[in-house]
Amino acid sequence: MSEKKEFLGYKGEVLETIKKAEAEIGDIIRVTKNEEVYEGILIPRSEYGDEKHVVIKLRSGYNIGIRITPNTKIEKIGKGAKPAFAPTSSPEQNPKLPKVAIISTGGTIASRVDYRTGAVRPALTASDLYSVVPELANIARIDAQILLSLFSENIIPKHWTEIAKAVAKQIAEGVDGVLIAHGTDTMGYTAAALSFALQNLPVPVILVGSQRSADRPSSDAATNLIGAVTAAAKAPFAEVALAMHETPSDTSITLHKGTKVRKCHTSRRDTFKSVNAQLIAKVENHKVTMLIEDYRKRDPSRKLVLKPEFDEKVALIKSYPGMNPAVIDWCVENAYRGIVLEGTGLGHVGRYCFEAIRSAVKHDIVVAMTSQCIWGRVNMNVYDQGRDLLALGVIPLEDMLSETAVVKLMWIFGQTRDMEEAKKLLKTNIVGEFSPRTLPEKSGE
Amino acid sequence: MPLEIDYEKIGLKVGLEIHQQLDTSAKLFCNCKPELFKEEPEITFLRRLRPTQSELGQIDPAAYFEFQKGVKILYEANTATSCLVEMDEEPPHPLNMEAVEIVLAAALMMKAKPVDEIHVMRKTVIDGSNTTGFQRTCVIALNGEVKTGKKIVPIQYVSLEEDAARKMGEEEGDIIRYRIDRLGIPLIEVATAPVINSPKEAGEVALAIGRILRATGKVKRGLGTIRQDLNISIPNGAIIEIKGVQELELLRFVVEYEVQRQLNLLKISDELGKSEVKEEDIKEEFFDVTEIFKQTKCKVVHKALDRNQRVFAVKLPKFKGFLKRELVPNFRLGTEMAYRARFWGRVGGIFHTDELPAYGITAEEVEELRKAVKADEHDAIVFVADNPENAKDALKAVVERAREAIKGVPEETRAPNPDGTTHYMRPRPGAARMYPETDIPPVQITEDYIKQIGSRLPELPEQKLQRLMKEYRLNQKLAKQILDSEHGELFETIVKESRVSPTTVAVFLTETLKALKRDGIQIEKVSENQIREIFKSINAGELTKETIPDMVVWLSKHENKSVQEAVNSLGLKIISEDELRVFVEKVVVDNRELIQERGEDSFGILMGIIMRDLRGKVNAALASKVLKEKLKEFME
Repeated sequence: MSEKKEFLGYKGEVLETIKKAEAEIGDIIRVTKNEEVYEGILIPRSEYGDEKHVVIKLRSGYNIGIRITPNTKIEKIGKGAKPAFAPTSSPEQNPKLPKVAIISTGGTIASRVDYRTGAVRPALTASDLYSVVPELANIARIDAQILLSLFSENIIPKHWTEIAKAVAKQIAEGVDGVLIAHGTDTMGYTAAALSFALQNLPVPVILVGSQRSADRPSSDAATNLIGAVTAAAKAPFAEVALAMHETPSDTSITLHKGTKVRKCHTSRRDTFKSVNAQLIAKVENHKVTMLIEDYRKRDPSRKLVLKPEFDEKVALIKSYPGMNPAVIDWCVENAYRGIVLEGTGLGHVGRYCFEAIRSAVKHDIVVAMTSQCIWGRVNMNVYDQGRDLLALGVIPLEDMLSETAVVKLMWIFGQTRDMEEAKKLLKTNIVGEFSPRTLPEKSGE
Repeated sequence: MPLEIDYEKIGLKVGLEIHQQLDTSAKLFCNCKPELFKEEPEITFLRRLRPTQSELGQIDPAAYFEFQKGVKILYEANTATSCLVEMDEEPPHPLNMEAVEIVLAAALMMKAKPVDEIHVMRKTVIDGSNTTGFQRTCVIALNGEVKTGKKIVPIQYVSLEEDAARKMGEEEGDIIRYRIDRLGIPLIEVATAPVINSPKEAGEVALAIGRILRATGKVKRGLGTIRQDLNISIPNGAIIEIKGVQELELLRFVVEYEVQRQLNLLKISDELGKSEVKEEDIKEEFFDVTEIFKQTKCKVVHKALDRNQRVFAVKLPKFKGFLKRELVPNFRLGTEMAYRARFWGRVGGIFHTDELPAYGITAEEVEELRKAVKADEHDAIVFVADNPENAKDALKAVVERAREAIKGVPEETRAPNPDGTTHYMRPRPGAARMYPETDIPPVQITEDYIKQIGSRLPELPEQKLQRLMKEYRLNQKLAKQILDSEHGELFETIVKESRVSPTTVAVFLTETLKALKRDGIQIEKVSENQIREIFKSINAGELTKETIPDMVVWLSKHENKSVQEAVNSLGLKIISEDELRVFVEKVVVDNRELIQERGEDSFGILMGIIMRDLRGKVNAALASKVLKEKLKEFME
């Protein structure tokens, strides 16, 4: 997805040649070279393309690149028609249906390819949505807004604040559920952030993404959207959850708890897994089936508690053999307030880091421990190394995901600067970030 | 047999698209083996493909229709032949350069000009045959030519694309099964300009292109590896796209029948015009006539009613007699309507009054039907027994087809029947269904690279023909047959590793195999290696060449058995010279009276006796030599 405006992409000599021909993107041009003549529509060049080729779309629909040499001639022979994506008119809204607000932040699910150029642009207005997934009109009345247009890797804590406030506004207006369209890369982090920022929810807040862009016939976006809208509109729970494919099939959408979910595959549709937790619910054939019994029930009269502030002065440091403890020292020097150590196994870090950790704690930095094993619970009482780390003041974070831990610490420091209060909050199970029990099943696949 | 037609005069125009699988070590966009599997699938997954707007802001109507019907696709895979790429669970890897090189070589052999930069495109295909909903394809070269006789046929483009998944069947609940083993196998596509003017020429052009592709030595062979698409048009008719003709021999018939079909449709249109029936006279007015058939003897209708389905009918004014009009052998206007009804209504078939009373439907029932839909004696009635939704969709399709019959020839995509006639497959897709595959970076083709490939091009078919005649002293006819045979390479291998005369080998690989195939022998079950084994045995003096057909027949009937087992089972082991001498001596002694009577003239009869008993077990020349010796000894 390109966050910039559509641009030529041509550089250097080729750009000069095109300019000389007074041709613009979309115009029909004729390229003559060594007695060969090519005619087609001038297509933008990828910004990573070299400076030697011009790309045209032939009448057959194929694109080809032609190398520009000193004896290559380009002429403009026709003005191109600007392509227009024609959204179908929005269907009538059924006033009896629940109302769902969709807040778009960007990512694959909220993008659409320009068929002519291949450029990807953000598009997730209500009419776009209805044209891509007309079934939505039978599930809910939808109110869509584009809040951000960002690749999710570019989303930072201040955006979580923005999103949380936007959700709160919708809830205040009385919607039956809120949907957040999000890039999948950091959707797990945002899910955790919103879990802390939006407490005492009256209605569900569902994050949804897709692994295949919505312009592809095989996209998972439509199925995910249908599942997510169904959950936002009808699910009996009022929690922050993440909705994505359960398997490579388009049959079921699973809802994961916002603090217990992680992206576990680079490309599969079922990339998100609940870690150390059970799935909240499942949507199949437009029906929500609850999979846990203990959850906060939907109750529109409940008063939302909005706590949208985050503090970025928190680091997540993965331990590895030979790690330079100077990384920890750097955090101390730069006045960080918290460090999450993603230790090995049950929660260990090499003895060669102990001095740095001691110093961090001494400088009033909260140092906490999670495990890079992903599944399971840290336990620092089993080995000496762990006991020594506890003695240094490291706080074990049970079965909390590293990603959730770093988000939680950022959120804590958005609420308080008091060290003792911060530590207390960190150890408190606020929105289900800890599970009291580690169950034998469901440890991944 | 098709009619005698002066194709040039009627203005026939045919263009060909030849697709052939490349023999690469991996698929086009991943490292999976380009092979199929026969076993039960290890992995299945269910998907829906959603029509997306094209760049023109339009949705392919057929695709959207299928989607609305709730069609789901069940994909089958195994881990040996598919990975996440075919499952559309991982982005494609970069273009397989081995495949690019083969296509470049073929393109250069057809004098096509390679593009400077290859851009992979997505061509929307939403029937489920591609997990992505599009086929990846790219132009490699433009503007080439092939020669057939004196005519030079322009090649518009040579491209490289991924093969599609294989359709395995349809199941209850609108589920279509596809197997993704074939998905991603590289295909070369060669498209000619629509300049072919006769059925015969269509075959010749396809043959000429096929020869060049085979000459690269890097294309797959055998059933299912080549598919030919045609676009056929005549003035006042329509451009008809015919997809997936597998046999070269069928091409000319496909063209002949299509011309005949269009001419007959034009004639019908003309006659309907004279009867002054207008398109708007044919109304989408469907009558529920279930009551008429409550007691019917017609099994099909009866069964439908047992399942609580209904019978719906539509009147086609002034159509009486036209539905039974034959367009091509065994294919009537009514058949066209039936295919449309099946596609759009997913019904089993239709009934129409041009073929009734029959199938257990009585004259009385037909009469009641006429009354019910208020039809007079010039009208035809079509009816369907199914659930109301399907039945009405089917009849809508029938009405549309009837309206088109008034206009003339509708544009369609059709699929071939085994005899070369064709049936409706789907409406012609709109133009420009292509957009860029942004997951694959463009590939630059440098001049040096082209030079390199150009310097080691395989010999052209014309050169090979000359060489076959010179090097192996084959006559022209045989050399041509070898050139066009699937076994061209095998021929040279066998000739190199045995002393059997090249002509004998060539005759076997072409005429003998063809004759055996004609007799219903499944020669494809005999592997090239087995054929090599047979000739090696002949070379070693263990088999005689007369036994080859028997050997092939036996091996075709006993899959996975060895050549040795065939020899043993058929009792074809050559007997030793000593054994031969003993046998000949016995024949001489047994026939001493004859020899005394006829002297040397008895040779022919004795030889006959020997060969009758030892055929296949002895070399005839040797037997003749031994017999001569023994005769001489005896007479002395």
